[in-house]
Amino acid sequence: MQATMNAGLNFDITAEQEAIQRLCRELADDLIAPAAEELDAKSEFPYDIVAKLAELGLLGIPWPEKYGGIGADTVSYALAVMEIARGDASVGITLAAHTSLGSAPFYYFGSEEQKQRYLVPLAQGTTLWGFGLTEPGAGSDAGNVQTRATLAGDHWVINGAKAFITNSGTRITGGTTITAWTGMRPDGRKEITNLIVPQNTPGFSASKKYRKMGWRASDTRELSFVDAQIPAENVLGGRGRGFKQFLDILDGGRISVAAVSLGLASAAFEAALKYAKERQAFGSAIGKFQAIQFKLADMKMEIEHAKLMMLKAAWEKDAGRDYVMSASLAKLYAGEVSRRVCNEAVQIHGGYGFMDEYPVSRYYRDQKVNEIGEGSNEIQRLIIARLLGL
Amino acid sequence: MKIVVTVKLVPDPNAEKKIDAGSKRLVRTGIETVLNPYDEYAIEGALKIKESLGGDTTVTIFSMAPAASKEVLRKALAMGADDAVLLTDPALEGSDVRGTAYAMAQGIKQTGFDLVICGGLADDGSTGGVPGALAEYLGVPGFTNCRQVEVAGGTLKVQRETDSGYQVVSGPLPALVSVTMAIGEPRYASLKGIMGAKKKSIATLALAALSVDGAVGGDGAKTEVRAVAAPPVREKARVVEAPDGAAGARAIFDLLKEKKLV
Repeated sequence: MQATMNAGLNFDITAEQEAIQRLCRELADDLIAPAAEELDAKSEFPYDIVAKLAELGLLGIPWPEKYGGIGADTVSYALAVMEIARGDASVGITLAAHTSLGSAPFYYFGSEEQKQRYLVPLAQGTTLWGFGLTEPGAGSDAGNVQTRATLAGDHWVINGAKAFITNSGTRITGGTTITAWTGMRPDGRKEITNLIVPQNTPGFSASKKYRKMGWRASDTRELSFVDAQIPAENVLGGRGRGFKQFLDILDGGRISVAAVSLGLASAAFEAALKYAKERQAFGSAIGKFQAIQFKLADMKMEIEHAKLMMLKAAWEKDAGRDYVMSASLAKLYAGEVSRRVCNEAVQIHGGYGFMDEYPVSRYYRDQKVNEIGEGSNEIQRLIIARLLGL
Repeated sequence: MKIVVTVKLVPDPNAEKKIDAGSKRLVRTGIETVLNPYDEYAIEGALKIKESLGGDTTVTIFSMAPAASKEVLRKALAMGADDAVLLTDPALEGSDVRGTAYAMAQGIKQTGFDLVICGGLADDGSTGGVPGALAEYLGVPGFTNCRQVEVAGGTLKVQRETDSGYQVVSGPLPALVSVTMAIGEPRYASLKGIMGAKKKSIATLALAALSVDGAVGGDGAKTEVRAVAAPPVREKARVVEAPDGAAGARAIFDLLKEKKLV
């Protein structure tokens, strides 16, 4: 066979992609999965694990070396998030949100000075950063932002609230980039601007952590702004560009959320497969029964399918192609697969699956938000339908 | 200073393994090849010395393996080693401990070294015989089972594990040490290390480039595997049941007495 520039369809990943995936798999097995039960029970943020990820360069995978990152591609990043989430979905979403939501806006829209000041410590993992889009009264209806920012001389005055903001209140959080309504556009719609709000801003506060069904070790908070003041220069990417910018950010974020769903689904599948081989009933392992075999075969099929969709979206992004449709399809499908797989994993475990001692019970709680966060299943279908010209 | 770490490439220790009845060798098909886990401790030990000495200290990975396994060495480079040398030649297939140590010694002499660091044993063959034989063929002192290795002022100082504690032993360089797991947990390859590893060199050496007298490979083997057998299945443990602790202790004591163990 002759090697050519365009080698056509090829399912091999590169040696570096494989090495990164393998490293993350080892970290998940050695450090993350063993800690997951306790972190979940205590709703404790995994500071030690995040410090280890930072030390190894995992908090800056896609960003160039000159900004403190590794300069790896989206495929590497997606595989890394998937393997880390296989250890624990909370750690997976911490990594995904840090990179795709907290850091990406600085990389894509920041000035050189903002990149040096904000992106470098984020890529090195010494600080985390929130992405404040959702509000208590505006989730997917993000254009209807209520948080108001008014320019008063050399500073902005911000009033309002943000909801469900990941990584916004840890000990190492440096701040949050928010969307705010900064005026009216000629067409009568709100002018939306991205503003950089450092953690120590007067009038800005992060509430205590939410009590959640799943993802309990991840840091999720409500943010409030009461005459919060930031310097006028803390605009990210230009006044009035906020709406378009966060839509772009969300497109990229979907690949990593698909990766979180996939990692979780893989963990649930592996637990169910192991249990099916060990658990005895009616004189044999339950994995010998067709009812269980078919469940596991379906789980395997769906995970494989979702993984191919995620990798295709990542590959398209790396190739500089339009990946919006693929990312949305992958995010939607992987979220639904994680629901079905985690559900069947509990079912295969029977009564034990309902007990906290078995990780599948945690997986079942962790999966639900995959169908809600970063664009619900319904919103993904809307995006896909619009791209179909409907 | 030039440190050479010997690394064996072995079938994944976590994979289920079979012995081929005909060749009496491990069936490797379908099993992933990985760095011998014990050698990762040797790499860790070498990197620690490199960090403590700084300057122009280098760590070279040396392996004798089929050419197809070359890329497996990339992991050692990602951990922080500077380069690698792969001694590979079809004629080396079937080498026993002596032949392996002999061929490796010729390759390592050619590569150059001040200190050779080996893992304690290989996960597959588990003879633990290569480090000692290698030191002999290199003509340098060998320090086996080291839990700590220090290099200062051109002198080697090690702690050798023994059944009852450890010995502190010093010696001159060049030398060879083999390390135990107490040397420290092998580090994870960082992402920078992984990305940088592709730029590092893995040179290959064939027998023709060395002064080898032909006594290598299966033909040169002085040992022969006569038979392969599974270890005997252990007898089921005998469970002593007793109404309370004292009676239980008595029953166990009687049992030991009956077997003349007390």
